[in-house]
Order: sequence, then C-alpha cells, then structure tokens
Amino acid sequence: MTRPFVTVDGNEAAAYVAHQLSEVIAIYPITPSSPMGEWADQWSSEERPNVWGSVPAVIEMQSEGGAAGAVHGALQAGALTTTFTSSQGLLLMIPNMYKIAGELSPTVLHVAARSLAAQGLSIFGDHQDVMAVRGAGFALLAAHSVQAVMDLAAISHAASLESRVPFVHFFDGFRTSHEVQKIELLTPEDLRALAPDALVRAHRERALSPDRPVIRGTAQNPDVYFQGREAANPYYLACPATVARLMGEFEKLTGRRYQLFDYRGAPDAERVIVIMGSAAQVVEETVDYLAARGEKVGLLNVHLYRPFSVDAFSRALPASVRSLAVLDRSKEPGSLGEPLYLDVIAALHECGRQMGVIGGRYGLSSKGFTPGMAAAIFQELGKSSPAKHFTVGIHDDVTRLSLTHDPEFTVEPAETVKAVFFGLGSDGTVGANKNSIKIIGEDTPNYAQGYFVYDSKKSGSITTSHLRFGPHPIRAQYLIRDAGFVACHQFSLLTRTDVLGVAAAGATFLLNSPYGPEEVWEHLPRGVQQAIIDRKLNFWVIDAYRVARENGMGGRINTVMQTCFFALSGVLPRDQAIAAIKKAIAKTYGKRGEAVVAKNHGAVDATLAHLGQVAVPAEATAGFDRTPPVPPEAPSFVREVLGEMIAGRGDRIPVSRLPVDGTYPTGTSRWEKRNIASEIPVWERGICIQCGKCALVCPHGVIRARVYSRDHLADAPAGFAWTEPKWKEFASQAYTLQVAPEDCTGCGLCVEVCPAKSKTETRIKAIHMEPQAPLREAERRNWEFFLALPETPREDLHLAHVKDVQLLEPLFEFSGACAGCGETPYVKLLTQLFGDRALIANATGCSSIYGGNLPTTPYTTNETGRGPAWSNSLFEDNAEFGLGMRLAVDKQNAYARELLRKLAPRVGADLARDIEDAGQRGEAEIQEQRARIGLLKEKLRGCDSPEAANLLAVADSLVRRSVWLVGGDGWAYDIGFGGLDHVFASGRNVNILVLDTEVYSNTGGQMSKSTPRGAVAKFAAGGKTTAKKDLALMAMSYGDVYVARIAMGANDTQTVKAFLEAEAFDGPSLILAYSHCIAHGYDLRFGLEQQKAAVKSGYWPLFRYNPALAGTSQHPLQLDSREPAMPLSEYVLNEGRYSMLAQTAPEDAARLIEEAQRDVHRRWKTYQHWASMPVREPAS
Amino acid sequence: MIDLSVDYLGLPLRSPLVVSSSPLSTEIERLKALEENNAGAIVMHSLFEEQIRLESDEMDRFLNAGTEAYFEATTYLPEPRTPNLGPLLYLRQVERTKRAVAIPVIGSLNGVSRGGWIRYAGEIQDAGADALELNMYQLPVRFDVPGKDIEMEYCDLVADIRARLRIPLSVKISAYFTSLPHFARRLEKAGADSLVLFNRFYQPDFDLETLDVEPRLQLSSPEELRLRLHWVAMLFENVGCQLAITGGVHSGSDALKGILAGAHAIMTTSALLSKGPGHLRVMEQEMCEWMAEHGYSSAAEMRGAMSARRAGSAAFVRANYMKVLSGYVMRGSPGGA
Repeated sequence: MTRPFVTVDGNEAAAYVAHQLSEVIAIYPITPSSPMGEWADQWSSEERPNVWGSVPAVIEMQSEGGAAGAVHGALQAGALTTTFTSSQGLLLMIPNMYKIAGELSPTVLHVAARSLAAQGLSIFGDHQDVMAVRGAGFALLAAHSVQAVMDLAAISHAASLESRVPFVHFFDGFRTSHEVQKIELLTPEDLRALAPDALVRAHRERALSPDRPVIRGTAQNPDVYFQGREAANPYYLACPATVARLMGEFEKLTGRRYQLFDYRGAPDAERVIVIMGSAAQVVEETVDYLAARGEKVGLLNVHLYRPFSVDAFSRALPASVRSLAVLDRSKEPGSLGEPLYLDVIAALHECGRQMGVIGGRYGLSSKGFTPGMAAAIFQELGKSSPAKHFTVGIHDDVTRLSLTHDPEFTVEPAETVKAVFFGLGSDGTVGANKNSIKIIGEDTPNYAQGYFVYDSKKSGSITTSHLRFGPHPIRAQYLIRDAGFVACHQFSLLTRTDVLGVAAAGATFLLNSPYGPEEVWEHLPRGVQQAIIDRKLNFWVIDAYRVARENGMGGRINTVMQTCFFALSGVLPRDQAIAAIKKAIAKTYGKRGEAVVAKNHGAVDATLAHLGQVAVPAEATAGFDRTPPVPPEAPSFVREVLGEMIAGRGDRIPVSRLPVDGTYPTGTSRWEKRNIASEIPVWERGICIQCGKCALVCPHGVIRARVYSRDHLADAPAGFAWTEPKWKEFASQAYTLQVAPEDCTGCGLCVEVCPAKSKTETRIKAIHMEPQAPLREAERRNWEFFLALPETPREDLHLAHVKDVQLLEPLFEFSGACAGCGETPYVKLLTQLFGDRALIANATGCSSIYGGNLPTTPYTTNETGRGPAWSNSLFEDNAEFGLGMRLAVDKQNAYARELLRKLAPRVGADLARDIEDAGQRGEAEIQEQRARIGLLKEKLRGCDSPEAANLLAVADSLVRRSVWLVGGDGWAYDIGFGGLDHVFASGRNVNILVLDTEVYSNTGGQMSKSTPRGAVAKFAAGGKTTAKKDLALMAMSYGDVYVARIAMGANDTQTVKAFLEAEAFDGPSLILAYSHCIAHGYDLRFGLEQQKAAVKSGYWPLFRYNPALAGTSQHPLQLDSREPAMPLSEYVLNEGRYSMLAQTAPEDAARLIEEAQRDVHRRWKTYQHWASMPVREPAS
Repeated sequence: MIDLSVDYLGLPLRSPLVVSSSPLSTEIERLKALEENNAGAIVMHSLFEEQIRLESDEMDRFLNAGTEAYFEATTYLPEPRTPNLGPLLYLRQVERTKRAVAIPVIGSLNGVSRGGWIRYAGEIQDAGADALELNMYQLPVRFDVPGKDIEMEYCDLVADIRARLRIPLSVKISAYFTSLPHFARRLEKAGADSLVLFNRFYQPDFDLETLDVEPRLQLSSPEELRLRLHWVAMLFENVGCQLAITGGVHSGSDALKGILAGAHAIMTTSALLSKGPGHLRVMEQEMCEWMAEHGYSSAAEMRGAMSARRAGSAAFVRANYMKVLSGYVMRGSPGGA
C-alpha cells in the first residue's frame, strides 16, 4: 500500500491522528500545544469526519482543568475523547488524570512537552511537565520525531482502547511540535485497523447509562480504598505487552519499527546513552557516526516510559554494556537524580544487572542538544570515574556539574543541504520558508526539515528559519551552524546580528538590498565584508522591496525571496520551482481572494530579472561594523548578561551570572535600542496645543513631555526644541515634547490622535511621521538631554487632567508589545499615576510577556529609585496572587502600626501619631508621609532594640501601597474568573485592570468568553454565536465593587478619572479597558478611532459604578457615554474579525450582526435602567 | 387609462420608474416591496472591481499581520472556512434577485481593469441579469492624461464589452465631459444601448472643527434634476440610443419632466430611501393624474416632447446668464445639431 508523504509539523501530525480517532475533543490553548486544538477545530468546522465517518465535536473550555473535566465526563458517558496540552496546562489536569486512570478510562492526552514556570516561565520544550504527572496512572509514550508523533499517536489511541490504561503521548515542545518534516501519512484505513470497533463498543458498554445504571466516584474508606487501588494492577502489568504487540502490528502495516525501548548502535556496545524524545535522534546520529569508527557505543531510546517494563528494558540493552548515561530533559531539585535516571537504576537493580550509571540533565527549555554533547557524554562514560551527576549544554561554574563539549563536532551527512534565512516577522519570511520546505518535501524525493526561531519581542521581531533537505532522513535536532545557503531578508539586520556566523565556507549569500550589485559593497559592515571574503561566499543581491512594491505586495517580500532561493539553490529546475511556488501560493492564499494570488504570482514572475551577483572585492573597506547590543555605559549586569542575550550569545552565559531565584533588575528595556521604526513622530511645537494625547496613547512610552526651568536650556544640544508651556502656572518655564527615536515602533497612533493641525497646511499635524534614519542621531542627543531634565513636581499637577498626565513620568517604557498595542497605554498610565507605590500581580498572557520577557523588561523606576514591583505567578491564579500581595501589605502595615505604638516614646509621640493618622490622600500627602517615614527610619536606626529593627523592616508599608491585578480577558473572563469572583467578594482593596482584547491574544487569538457575538476567532471560525459575557454587570451585582468600563480612544478623561477613583476606592475595583489588538484584523494605527466607534455604536458603553457614592446625592452608576448613535455594523465591519465572515459567509455575518445589535440595545437599556433606579434605601 | 409602459433596453417595463443602482438592491425583501409598488425594473448596486480587490487585499493584510513573528502566536485569526466570495457575493445576489422578482433586473458594474470589466460583465450576464449598466465611475485625477484619452478608453471598453455580451448594455456616465454630445455619439457607436445620465460622485466635505476632509455621499436633491433634464433634452433624437435619467428624481412631476425631456427610464433611489417603497405609487399616481389632466394617454406619447429638438428653446444651448440679460431673445432659437 502506498501512502502519501506530507510535510507537516509535530502538532499537525498528532492532531491528525487524534481527530481521526476521537468523537469529543475538549481543549484549552497553551503554547506550544495550541495548534493541535486549532487544527482539530478547523477540521471539524470543515466537516472532516473521523475514521468512523462522524465529525468530532470540538469544544474550547475555560481552562485546562475544565478541559480535563470535560474529557473525564465525556469518557464516562462513552465517547472517544482526547485533548492537547502542555506545561502548566498538564499540571492543571492532574486531579482529573488520577480519576480517569483510576476508572481505567481509555483516552490520550497529546502533550507538546514544555518547561514549567519556576524561577521564570518558559514556553519552550523539556520534560518537566510530563514528569510531574508520572504518578497519575497514565501510560507515558514518548515520540522522538515528527514521523514518530504520527505513528505513536496512533499506537497510543489503540493501546489505550485495548489496555484501558489512559495515555499521555508526548513529544518535545517546539523542537518536535513546531518542526516541519516530510513524513508518511497514516491513512484512515491504517488507523481503523489499529482501533477495532469491538474495542470502541466495549468502551461504550462501560459508559454510564440510565439504561444500565452503575455508580462511579464513590467515597471509599480505610477498609477498601487500598485494595481498590490495587485492583487495577493487572491492567498496568498487561499494558506494556499490549503496546509492544501493537507496535509489532504497526510494523507489519507500515514497515516502521518501534519497540518499548529502541536500541541502536554497536551490538557489543559498552557505553550506552538512555534518553527520551527528540534528542534521541541526535544521539542516534552520533552513535552511528562513532560506531562506524569502531567505538562501542549505543543508544537506548525510551518510548514507553510508563508503565515501565523492566523486562523489555533489560532485553533491549546488550549484554556487553558496561556503563550507562541516563539523560533527563527535566529537573527535580533536591532529588537523588531525575526520574528516568532513578527508574533505570531501579530497573537494573530489579533485573540484577551490574553496570555503572551516571545521570545528566540536558536541554531544559529547548536548550539545543548537539552531537558534540552526545560525544562528550560518551567520552565521560569512558572515564574510569565519570561524574555521577552532570549537566551538558551549559557552563555550570557554580556546582561545576557541566561537561565540556566540542561545539564544532558534526556528524551530519555531507549531502544534506542546509539553509538559514534571517527576516523580520512582518516580511513573511517564515511563511514562505514553510511553503518552501513543503515544496521540497512534496515535489522532490528529498527528505526535508524546517525549524523556525523567533525573538522575544512581538514588534520588530527577528525570525530565523533553518531548512535542511537531502537524500537521507534528517535527524539533526539542533540549529544549523554551517549553512551552505544564507539569506538575509532585511538589510538592517547586518548591523544588528551576526548573519554570516552560520555561513559555511563557499556558501551562497543572498541579501535583500536596496543597493544593486555594483554599489552594495560599500554599505556592508566590515565584519560582513570580511566574512564574505574569508569564506569565499557567492554573494547575490536583490531589491526585494522594490519588486514587492511594484507588484502590490507592500512590505511582503516573502515570495520574492523564496523565488531567489529556489533559483540559487537549484533544488528544482527553475520552471518547475516557479510552478511549484505558484501552486503553493494559490493553496496558501486562495481563500483570501483571487487578487491576492494574482499579485503574489506577479511578484514571482518579476523576481529573477532583479537578482544579481556581486563581484566580491579582495579587501574589506568599511569603516563601520555591527553595533554592540547595549551601550558601554549600561550597568554591568545589563552589559554582561542581558546584552549577551540580546546578541544571541545567551547560551554561553555561565550559571554564576544568573540570579538564583529569578529576581532581575527593572528598567532594562531602555538599554536595548532596537531602531525598528522606519518612520518616527516629529513634533511641531508651533502647531502643538500641548493636550498630551499623544503622550497618553503612545503604547511604547516613547513620547514624553516635560515642563522645566528655562535655565536648563543653556546646555541643550543644537536643535533641541522647546516652547512656552500652555499652563498659566508654568508660563515662565519651558515645555518640550520629545520622542525616543530608537525605541519608537512607528505605530502612528500618536498622529491619529493628535487634534492640532497646521493652520496653513492642514495635512501637517503637531505630530507627524518622518523617516527615522536622518533624524536618529540628533534626536538621540535630544532624548538624552531631555531625560536629564528634572521631572515636573507631581504635587504641582492635577492628576485628573489628561493634559497634566503627560508630565508624569511613565514607569513602563519600550516594551516589546506589538506596534500600536491597545493594552500598553493603560499599563503605562497606571505606572504614571501610581507606579512609585504599586505592586503589580500580572496574569500570564500578552501583558506578562511584554511586561516580563527577557532579555530586557519595561517596568522601571523614577529618579528616587521607586517604581512598580511586578510579578507573574500563573495564568489562572492572578486574582488570588494579587490578593495575597494585598494581605501581606495590610498585615505588614498593621504590624508596623503595632510596633509604632510601642515605640512611640522612643521615636516621638507626635511623629508616631502623624504617621498613623496620615490620610495619604493625593500626591502631596503621600510625599509628606514618605518624609515622615524617612525620619522614622533615621530614628529607628539609632535604636538598639529588636522591635526597632523589626519596625525598620516594615516601615515602608506605612506608605500607602497600590495593589494592581493586571491581566487579559482570557484570565478575567475564563481561567481566572473563579478567583476573580472571590476577590470581588473579599472586600479587599485591590485594583483589577482587565485589558480586554476579547480574545486570547498571546496564544494567537482564540475565543474567550469576552469575544463578542459575530466576531471570528479561533474556535469560532464561523463567528461566535453567543454574546459576550458582561463581567462588569457581574461585578456590580456585589454592590460594593467599584466598576468602570473605559476606552481611552473614546474618552481619555473618563479613563484617567476611572483609574483615580478605582485606586481611591477602599475595596475591590474593576476596570475593564477596551484594548484594540492585532487579532482584531485592522491597521492598529486606527485603534483609537475604532474605540470611538465602539462607544458611539453603544457596543462599549462607558460608565463608572462607584459604591462610595451610595448615600450621597450622586448616583453610584454614572453613564459616561451616550445612547447608541450609529449602527453596530458601521463599527464592526471596519475590523477583519467581522468583515472576514461578511466576505465569506454573508448570511451568517448578517444574522450574527443583527443579533449583536440587539445585544447592544439590551445592554444599553439595562445600564440605563440601573442608572435611573432610585439609590436611597426605602424608609422602613 | 394611462399607459406608462415602456420598452427600455429591449425590456418591456410596466412603468418608466426604475429603482436606480443603490444599496436598496442588497435586500431582497425591499426589492419585493418595490416590485409590489410597480417599479418598472431594478438596477442592482454596482459590483466594484476595486472593492473586490481591496477586500481581498485587506483580508490578506490582516490575516498576515503579526503572523510568524512570535513563538506563541504564529497566527492571530483563523483562515476563512470558505473562500472570499469576492464577485460571487454579487453574482449570487443577482441570481437571488432574479428569483425573487419578476420585473427586469439590470446588473451594474464598475471596473478598474480591462480584464475585470470584461470578465465581470460576462459573469453578471451569466448570473441572469436582463441587462447590464456599465457604471463609468472614475475621477480623472491624473494631470498627464488628456480628456481625449479617457474618452477613447471608455469607448474602447464599451465596444469590447458589447462584443462579448448578449444582453443589452447601458452606460452610466458623469456630466464632466468637455463635449458631451460628441462623446454620447461615440458611446452609441461603441455599442451602448442606453446612456444613463448622470453619475453622482462622493464629494469631499470639510469638517470645520477637526479640519478633516471627509468623503460624503448625500442623498440627491431635486435641484440636481435640471442638469439631467438639460442633457437628456439635448441628446434626445440626436443620438440613436435610449436615454435614462438618474439623480434628482424625487416626485412624479420630476419623472414627468424626465420623460418630456426624452428619457425612457426614470431612475430614483433617494426618495425611496427617505420615503419608502410606497413612494413609487405616489409618484406614479401623480404622473397619471397630470397626464390625464393634460391629455396624455401614454408615456411614449409625451417622451421627448420638450427635448431640445421638439421644444425649440434656446435655453438648452445658451448659458443661463444670457437669459437674465435678455429673456425674450431665447424663445425662438432652435436646439440640437
């Protein structure tokens, strides 16, 4: 039987099998497993049936805990059920996993294995999550390659059905889940053969049914629980044999051989590495290489880790073995060793075999594992007394556990072609390379592999694509270091990153260059010139932007560069390559409309005429080189640690340089100058009315305003702009609006919001965009001078005035959020108003990523060193986490007061009383309290008593703290809602800022309960059919929760007012902030216009509900926007998330928008009614 | 008994009152209501080639935005489940309209590329439209293109489309041609079965608060009729093709004037948008009453009675200020050429 070859990634391979063999799929998005759920949802929405001819039901749940619960219920009711998850998601499933296993319910959880959040969160791959569930009673089956993912996914489903033991089928997050490989597809017939109907019927017969009722989930007592737990033993004992038999059947079916423990290497091996997952392929290719050279080495690739078959393990291990290195991609602090290591030792003990065993950790958080590392381990094993415990792949200069290895050691076949492409996220490089690898995989006999690396920023992100292809299966599970083809799709990257560091001698170098073959040389940095000469590179250039522009492609150069790659690599004859590229374009973009396909095809046709080879001069002549990652004046930690990360050398940072507990300095984003904007705002002081709107909305904190004494201007650089302040009280001073030229992302929100226009040329606003490059140097000097100017004293400002807010220093700056982000202006405002006394608990999501993703982070400090103290716990627990902070702050405050009373005689009764009685209302009073605390501390330092020392430790808590719980709608509406609700009910003084983008933005736009009716989102591809949850109304129902719904673009004054009121309210406060988002599908430059439209249409009514007003003459509920004044369709159809449906399913779109319009009216009436209800209690 | 029936574009219409191209035609129920109120025919809203391209481009742009730039989110929106309908959406609407009403349905097309014009014209025909109105709706904003080139391009296009179409063809033009009579004859020669006078453009308005320029299309006003009357009256019997008026028709008396000027079809939208489909009957009633009162028994009888040739008024060939100077001189001058 011939089976088709497909070029897919591990997620798609797993999802394909799971979808084919399931009836119910309950999921929750989490990186890197999210695509599995998305595939399943897409296929079901396309009515693709499973092997039994029925379309699986896919449901997105509110959390992984919810998904596991739904899986459990569906299993109990007799459906073939599956789910996909990773990391903390798997941990949230643990309680149900015990239940599912305890009830012997067959199911498979497909896990893209990922690190666990510990000293820091990591989305990357290792086995910590899987190891954390090894006690749950699930079988654990590991796949080491994309092909194995497809194969072992099928075997997992079959084995679970037969054995009744539920399975976790896992593979390495990103390395396998996102690696694209050419693999053989299992057909529905194959899958059907593995999962006989009789077993499915048996599963149904065990299901709960009122027609033959049974009871499960009883409460058991000391008399029988233990025996009951043992009763299932036979199933676990039988399971390995079942898996082994199915693997045998699978081999007969497909020819591919798997065993519980796959041995590979010398038959008389003495040294063997035991390992699971993708790194097994690296060990395999290293073993092949070394064994061919006579070394007695081998690999034991563990597939079925649980139930662990000692017998199979022992049989797989050659009798000749003298020593084993057991490698865990995991970390269990405090243990004798990691789990696989301990299990192997126990297995050897049980089977009575004697040999040396050492245990090592490798590859945490997708740290690369290379043949050099494998070779180093074999070398270690060969020593007379090897290290019992070791790490490999890092430099541990603290506990000195790390092995050294040769990074140049390579075992890859010479025939494998290796290509590396550098691009930006926005230019489509990765998408084109994914297509290229599919073309090579499907249109040539070659094996093919693609792996894609992105940097840690959401705007201006650098992407690196690693493509391999050739006649041999590709087992290299690490980044390419010696590419025969290097393409740089962005000229500017030459000065930012070491593009040619990966180029092998004689490689082809393709550069997208605005300069032609004759003139490009003089524009290259010296290091690049030298590398081209030294490595004798074949150097080609094309002005891809010109070709793209001329063909209506804007900044998308993907197909142009792809065409060049095929032309230069010669992997296919040119005509055939072009035909294949066009076919791929039609497949990828066909649904978007003919015009899109046509322009891409046009770009392909126009490309090769613009490709030219450069005659390489004999000498490097450039007088400039790559810029350092951070400036030399940066603090040493920034230079030596963060700077190295920025430069892409983070892998080399030794353990000693890293914090032991994940504590990092704040205020580091200022050192990372990314220069990603092609155009930046320019201030026209003569036009500016100093309203402060641009500074308020700037998502990246790059527009700042200050009022300062004109005396400072004497030292100003030439061209530094200032004007007279438009404040009466500051009239004699100077006002400057300054842009940070190297930190701006060029989003243009500031220009759109600017209300001031030139009187003689109305196209010119007080803020307008101009090319960055010519402005950069001068504006950098101006920016530095500006930063050195004194802050405008806060106590002189009216914080409720937007105009004054611009003069408050933002303590959140230059984040890596998307250009034009709708969330960050609110976060920045929070820090301007309260940052110097704020504690922020941040739910995982976009705001925790742009807020806390290394290398550099945006929260910073003011000139006194104060600033937001920020932490991210998890996704689901943020409300509780923040409440905990409040409890601690309150407790410390209470304790400090107790001590203060006791110590009053010593520090002064007046001072103690003043501190205790301080109202701390407003900036001035807070400053006064800070001064008192300063005085108190001085006095305490002079006291020699334990109580004085204790008070000194908590004295700062006597200054009012502002506790903020920040997160997105995924947290507040879904996964964290239970906790949030509890916090509402707690009455505690916390401030909750919900950055409502109406989807899970960080994981790629999955539907949340905040997603509005009619909007398209992942898991709502046909438009969401239910209404958005009204979280505000739910919170208001408590009666003593402050609630505000805000949209900065619609009413910035109301926004500022809501923040001030929420913070002042002594109880829980909820602010729901409309946040436009890249997932809404329109140019974010117009985000604020859309906010206006959202409010005007009545979709997003603005209001503030302040329980503190109860009993006053004012109504607690103030409606801050007017009744709906334009049709909802006028607002929504500006956004791709709605218009997409209108263009593809117009009737559905029309119906949903009509229903959504009714939602709008209903909601407005509700609020209007509430706002008009009498507020005074009726007389009793 | 007044006979309002008319043969427009070879299609028998029970009334010369035709619903002109507008968003009205997007709602089947409203079209049915218009038919019930004796509409003679319906001109569909236009298929805009540029809009189809734009929508396709926009969808592409927003589906691309932010993709493949970050590990956690390689995309932000799901790919559409079904293809972007593009022109299909319009063609389906033509089919649906044809199924829903018995009166003639005239498709309307605004292209930007020659290929687009020709392709979509054929597709609209295949979708069942009884005739096609070419909506020549483009602003000549290039400073290096002389008027004759634009006219030539229009005429070539009409000829090209005519050669490929079975169904009748009308051409809707703007008033902004240096020699409209000459251009009208060229269009006729190129194959136009009817000329529809005139297009109305989005015209920018200025917001005095924000100093923004805002494109705005307002409903037509009755004052706009006179320009149409003028040119229909001028062209009647001076060109061989039929004529239709669109723009500024709000009442029965407006329609009567149009017929008297020489129009076969009188198109209206704004009045129906503001007063509802029943206004068609009001207009018709007004026409019938006037015709009965003035001894006309059919629309055919009165058509062109006040055209330039038949009215013989110099008002059609002189600029109005002359009339102010010497109101009597005009009366005897003949019109036409």
